[in-house]
Amino acid sequence: MTGYPHRHLLGIERLQPSEIAAILDTADGLREILDRPIKKVPALRGKTVVNLFYEPSTRTRASFEVAEKVLSADSLSVAAAASSVQKGETLLDTARNLEAMNPDMIVIRHSAAGAPHLLARHCRAAIVNAGDGAHEHPTQALLDALTLRQRKGRLEGLRVAIVGDLLHSRVARSNLWLLSKMGARLVLCAPPTLVPPGLEAFAPVTHRIDEAVEGADAVMMLRIQRERMTGGFYPSDREYHLRFGLTEARVKRAKKDVVILHPGPMNRGVEIASEVADGPYSVILDQVTNGVAVRMAVLLLLLGGGAEG
Amino acid sequence: MKVLLKGGRVIDPSRRIDGAQDVILEDGRVAQVGAKLSPRGADVIEARGLVVCPGFIDLHAHLREPGREDRETIATGTRAAAAGGFTAVCAMPNTEPVNDNSGITRFILDQARAEGAVRVHPIGAITRGSRGEELAEYGDLKDAGCVAVSDDGRPVESARVMRRALEYARAFDLPVVDHCEEPALSERAAMNEGPVATLLGLRGTPAAAEAMVVERDVLLAELTGGRLHVAHLSTAGAADAVRRGKARGVRVSAEVTPHHLLLTDQAVKDSDYDASTKMNPPLRSEADRRAVLEALRDGTIDAIATDHAPHTIDDKQVEYEEAAFGVVGLETAVGLGLDRLVAPGLLSLPQLVALFSSGPARVLGLPGGTLAPGSPADVTILDLTRRRKVDPTRFHSKGRNTPFTGWTLKGAAVMTIVGGRVVWQDRR
Repeated sequence: MTGYPHRHLLGIERLQPSEIAAILDTADGLREILDRPIKKVPALRGKTVVNLFYEPSTRTRASFEVAEKVLSADSLSVAAAASSVQKGETLLDTARNLEAMNPDMIVIRHSAAGAPHLLARHCRAAIVNAGDGAHEHPTQALLDALTLRQRKGRLEGLRVAIVGDLLHSRVARSNLWLLSKMGARLVLCAPPTLVPPGLEAFAPVTHRIDEAVEGADAVMMLRIQRERMTGGFYPSDREYHLRFGLTEARVKRAKKDVVILHPGPMNRGVEIASEVADGPYSVILDQVTNGVAVRMAVLLLLLGGGAEG
Repeated sequence: MKVLLKGGRVIDPSRRIDGAQDVILEDGRVAQVGAKLSPRGADVIEARGLVVCPGFIDLHAHLREPGREDRETIATGTRAAAAGGFTAVCAMPNTEPVNDNSGITRFILDQARAEGAVRVHPIGAITRGSRGEELAEYGDLKDAGCVAVSDDGRPVESARVMRRALEYARAFDLPVVDHCEEPALSERAAMNEGPVATLLGLRGTPAAAEAMVVERDVLLAELTGGRLHVAHLSTAGAADAVRRGKARGVRVSAEVTPHHLLLTDQAVKDSDYDASTKMNPPLRSEADRRAVLEALRDGTIDAIATDHAPHTIDDKQVEYEEAAFGVVGLETAVGLGLDRLVAPGLLSLPQLVALFSSGPARVLGLPGGTLAPGSPADVTILDLTRRRKVDPTRFHSKGRNTPFTGWTLKGAAVMTIVGGRVVWQDRR
């Protein structure tokens, strides 16, 4: 397996476009396995993967677990909130203890930005970042890209609007890196209180959602992350929805074949109207299936499994 | 006891001396500075090829004792100071308990006398427990030996309390040292707010959070006639506020750390979230760094101070946002100044010496900082050709948390003399 020369997957930022393409191509090739009656190949037999989740997650964790099972890796999921963390053990001690069991890979989700980098410095196992604070969520950006590529046949030149809580979103950061590296034309939209400094270096920023959606090939909605907010970024959900929410009327400004993405979980009636979330241009459930394929690709590329089965 | 420092280049900015001179130290005092002094009755220290300076003073060090002896003690901290070329350190009051009463001050001075390698000047608290509410007893603190008051890492949030502190401290001629930061804007921040923090997904504190409190404090110093000293100034806005205050005749002074002069927030990214780049105030933008350097060159800033803040490995080897703030600095400051400020021509050597000696002495009204006859026999001797690689495993400090690991620095302190006694040397 070539095309991915790194030991870890900590973020999209340091990947070359060719490496991103390699992951997407691999995922495309693997997706077919998920449609087979017997969804299992022996590619990673004998490899051990630990899913170390310090934050609650349904989708991402389930997706990694399915990918691991399909590829026949032995996997173990640790919901760290419910284990030794509560006894005051440090992240590094937990990781070292898990390492003593010789896993080949640790998949980590953590509320602190840079937690995967700490592990990468101190562990032998390959580290996959499954979301670290407001920093990156690389496999989410990869599955978004895979979904877009399937629907549009390309990423280059696509007009993509990223709308919502840009301040707290790791999904936004990974997508900014990925889509800009792959040549998409981005536009960002959020109330000014949710736009951190420096984003304008990536793409134009607007505070009018109509402007952002205008002529878009794709609209990527970001969840309002109430749990990360300390007070008063916008006055009310009502006003947010009225001014920054994606409604059917607004979708009409986009291209006819626009696709709407959302990393989930959605706040229906806040950043996205239910009619849009459940509408014909929504690819939100495709994203979930592609998530498994992308994670299979990452597992395979990092663990250097043999035949694809 | 009599010592002759022979044949060195003497730089004493307090008296505008820069030239080949001998120095005689006798009975703990500087006795004489002049050409070709007689060695009769003196131990001779050959200083040819070396630079002889008034003893360096660090205005801002955390010695951690009492309370956090796992991080540093007065013994280890002052040994680090001596090895770094400092003959005196000001001990910040964020000990446990806080140095807010004469009992703690006396304990610190007793420990310093018993185990200290260099002089220790305690700084007392502005408010009891550094809680920002009631003033500490400045009269007692001063009598016990405190040279200033500060609530250290805890900014004085209330303008009313800061006003009263500046006013009341006038009775004892104590400078008030403030860590200038608006807490409402820096809540849970791990680094400087800006494009780098955005990419790293870390919560930032904006430069304005520092500048606005410096502005406030300068106005309050003007209102009250009190003496304000701005600790570890790190932003363009703060430098500007101090510059304007000085121009109006406000009694304000400021210090800057080597790390704020030499690093930017990019170091957080380049280190991949290594917590040895985490301190408060945080590493700032390149524009701030340049502005602070300019303020150092034009005399707005009076002193270079280390903000030496030792931590254990456990305090630092955790998630970036969980890690303790602070870096050690006593054993790197002089080398960094010589190699990164003087060698590239950003400062002249006499300017750097002044920022480490006469500058800090003037700010807090400390003895020393000069080689004038009659002053304390505190001397720092530099070798401008000595190369050292920063290796934390060889630090005398208990702290290993430095962002400068692996830097090779040309120029170093090679001898430290306190009260006429050689307390540390590294001669070839």
